[in-house]
Formats: sequence, C-alpha cells, structure tokens
Amino acid sequence: MHLDHPVTLPQRHTYSADPRHPDGSHRALRIGFGGPVGSGKTATVAALCRTLRDRLSIAVVTNDIYTQEDAAFLRREAVLPPERIAAVETGACPHTAIRDDISANLEAVEQLEQALEPLDLILIESGGDNLTATFSRGLVDHQVFVIDVAAGDDIPRKGGPGITTADLLVVNKTDLAPYVGVDLDAMAADSRRQRKDLPFVFTSLTAADGVRPVADWVTECLAARHPGATR
Amino acid sequence: MSRTALLILADGRFPAGGHAHSGGMEAAVASGGVHDTASLEAFCRGRLHTAGLTAAGLAAAAATGYDALALDDAADTRTPAPALRRVARRLGRQMMRAARATWPCAGLDHLARHRPQGPHQPVVLGVAARAAGLTALDAAHAAVYESVGGPATAAVRLLSLDPFEATAVLARLADDLDAVAAAASDAAGRVAVEGVTVLPAASAPLLDITGEQHAAWAVRLFAS
Ligand SMILES: Nc1nc2c(ncn2[C@@H]2O[C@H](COP(=O)(O)OP(=O)(O)OP(=O)(O)O)[C@@H](O)[C@H]2O)c(=O)[nH]1
Ligand SMILES: [Mg+2]
Repeated sequence: MHLDHPVTLPQRHTYSADPRHPDGSHRALRIGFGGPVGSGKTATVAALCRTLRDRLSIAVVTNDIYTQEDAAFLRREAVLPPERIAAVETGACPHTAIRDDISANLEAVEQLEQALEPLDLILIESGGDNLTATFSRGLVDHQVFVIDVAAGDDIPRKGGPGITTADLLVVNKTDLAPYVGVDLDAMAADSRRQRKDLPFVFTSLTAADGVRPVADWVTECLAARHPGATR
Repeated sequence: MSRTALLILADGRFPAGGHAHSGGMEAAVASGGVHDTASLEAFCRGRLHTAGLTAAGLAAAAATGYDALALDDAADTRTPAPALRRVARRLGRQMMRAARATWPCAGLDHLARHRPQGPHQPVVLGVAARAAGLTALDAAHAAVYESVGGPATAAVRLLSLDPFEATAVLARLADDLDAVAAAASDAAGRVAVEGVTVLPAASAPLLDITGEQHAAWAVRLFAS
C-alpha cells in the first residue's frame, strides 16, 4: 500500500485524491468511468451499483454534456437512493471537468462524502468523449475506459491515452459482435499489445451478471487499499 | 506586484470552474439576442458596465484587505437573483479550492471557515489576488476580464463563431475594460473610510431575469 507522508503537505488543503481525510481516516475509493458516447458507461455503473450495493456504501457522480440524463436514468432505475447520485454540469467540455479543471467534480464528491459518511466507493462517470479523455489523478484513484464492439473492432488498435493508460479497459457489448462482424480475438490481441501488462475485460451487460468481471476488479481495488480487511 | 501572478489568476485555464458557465450567454443566444460578432460585442459591453463593474468593485475592495465577510454581504445585496447568488457562491467555493492550493494564506482560510457554503466569487478573487501579491487594480482587471472573457468563449461554442473574431471583440473592448477596472479600483480605495456603499452596484435586470429562467431549463450546455 502507498504510504502517505507523515506531515500534511500544503496542497492537501485542496482535499484532492489524497487517500485520507484531514483527520486521518480513509475516504471512499474513487473510480472514474470514461469512454466514447454510448459505449455503456452508465449501464456499467448501474450494474455495478446493483451488484455491490448490498456489500458497500456507494455513491455516483455523473458528468452529462447537456442534460441530466445519466443521473435521471440512474435515479429512475433506482440503482441507488436519489441522494446518492449527483450530477455535474460540464459546459460543453466533458474532458475539462474530469482532467483540466476538476473543481466541480471534487465539490460533488466531497458533498456526497459529507452527507453519506461513511462511503466505501464513489463512481464518477465522465460525459461521453473522445479517445484522449482521461481522469486527473487529483480526482480519482483508478480509471476505467469503456469502449464497445459496435463502434468498430479497430478502436483498441488506434490506441490513445484512454485505451493505453486506463487502469482497466472494458470492451463492452460483446453480444453484438456477430451482428456487426467484429472479430473479438483480434480485439483482444490489439488490446494486449496496446496495454502491455494492464488488464482488460470483455463484457456483455445484456447477459445475467454480465458486469461480473468489472465488479471483481473493483473489489480487488478495494481489497488492495485495505489489506487485511474482510470486505 | 507580480505581473505573472496576474496572468495566472486571469487565465481561463485557472482551474476554478469558470469553463462550465456562460455568464448569461446561453440564454442570450437562445433568445436570439446574440447571434453574430456585433451582438456579441454589445452583450459584452453591457455585461462589463453592469455585472462586470460590480464584481470588479468587490474584488478590488477584497484585495485592499477590507473585511471580506462584510464584502460578501455586500455582494449578496448586489445580487438580487437567487439563481445567480447560488452560482456566485458555487464558483466562489471552486475558486477558493484553486486559490488555497495556489496561494495558501490565512485570509483565504478565514473566509472559507466563515462561509462554508462558499463566498461570492469576486470576493474570493480579491482575497486570492492579495495573497498573490497583487493590487486592487489588478484584482479589478481580473474581474472585468473574466466578466467578458467567459461569455465570449461560450459564444464561440454555442454559435460556432469564428474564434479570431470573438477574440478581436475582446481586444476592441480593452479601453473599456481598463476604464471600468480603474473606476472599480478607485471606489475600492475609499471603502476603508466610507464603507461598502461606495462600491458600484450596477445591475443588468435582463441578465438577472434570464439567469433565473436559465437555471430552470431542463436541457442546457452551461451551468449558468
Ligand atoms: N446490446 C448491448 N447493449 C448495451 C450494452 N451495454 C449498454 N448497452 C446499451 O447501449 C446504450 C448506451 O448505453 P449507456 O450506458 O447509456 O452508454 P454511455 O456510455 O453511458 O453513454 P453516454 O453517457 O451518452 O456517453 C443503451 O441503450 C444501453 O442499454 C451491452 O453490453 N449490450
Ligand atoms: Mg452515460
């Protein structure tokens, strides 16, 4: 586990992705979900909430581009009580809000933490964006990049920071592969080449428990953070 | 004063949340009021001499070291629309975060402690300017520039305006910006003796009304 400095550094007054609160207690693990429009970010977040909510105290921050649609969807689907879902507005630039100016997202995260303490996990969904959109390390502990097979099997080969550097790459909608003529083996080979030792998983969220590979990865992230904890 | 500190503070990339706000531009575009470069210039001129002047007075006064909590109350008095008060306080919280990381100081800590829901953004801007070693006039300049720079950027995004023309609009307004900043800074120089009532209290009723309406839109690109 990462050992923190014994003294509080001045920049820690910003409460960015420091693993502890100012009082020394652990704050919730923050995981960002990015990726192109329509790849299944909201569906993944919703499925994770359903799978993990009995074991973990979870909250979600959505970053919609010009509506509150993702937040509204999550509330409508009742994957979490409404007070656990917050929406951030991004002024036509979703990547700015998760990377260059994270102040609104940090606000949302901290307000959820204050209102719902103790939280185990905060899932932050980016607005659908391009292949270069990544989360600032000041905002999240880990980031997941979600693409889907229907957008073309050449996306892993194209690469870009989302594909190559995200902590987990999710290739979603594998159920559609036969209909769009996509070669999943080639996608896997390209993903392995682009990501070296970093993990990637294939999912189909239409299948029962289809989010399991992502849920297992999230559970591992939590376990790595609290070695010895039983959760 | 450090000219570089002023550039950092006034830079649109300063991570204080401004990029998600249009300063009333989204509502103005939707109503057809702003639709080209000329109407962008008219909008910016109007905003500068009203909301911009008022914000600059508050920022300049805060930069003199005057009681920031009293200035925050004065900002409330000068912001009649509830939606715009909420926006000003939210942006104040975001600027507070960025400023405390950039120029940590007791003045910012004090203000944050006494206004946990967020002080008005221009007041934070002024206290941050002081922490950065800037003058009241510098703080006024940062405030007036922001009052037109944000809407101009938003117009480029909303109308697909030519970005060169939008930038030229700002350059043409430079003398006006300087004059408004000087007026705000002059008023701030008198606040220690005469109190907050000497600070500008110009308002733009249409910005207040459309700001309130915009906050209720179900679908929008900008937060304000
Ligand atoms: N067939 C199939 N459809 C899926 C799968 N996952 C998501 N979808 C559908 O794909 C569409 C888009 O999914 P979302 O979860 O809204 O995608 P998103 O990435 O959040 O989209 P934006 O937030 O708009 O960028 C929805 O209609 C989902 O039901 C999948 O595994 N298989
Ligand atoms: Mg979504």
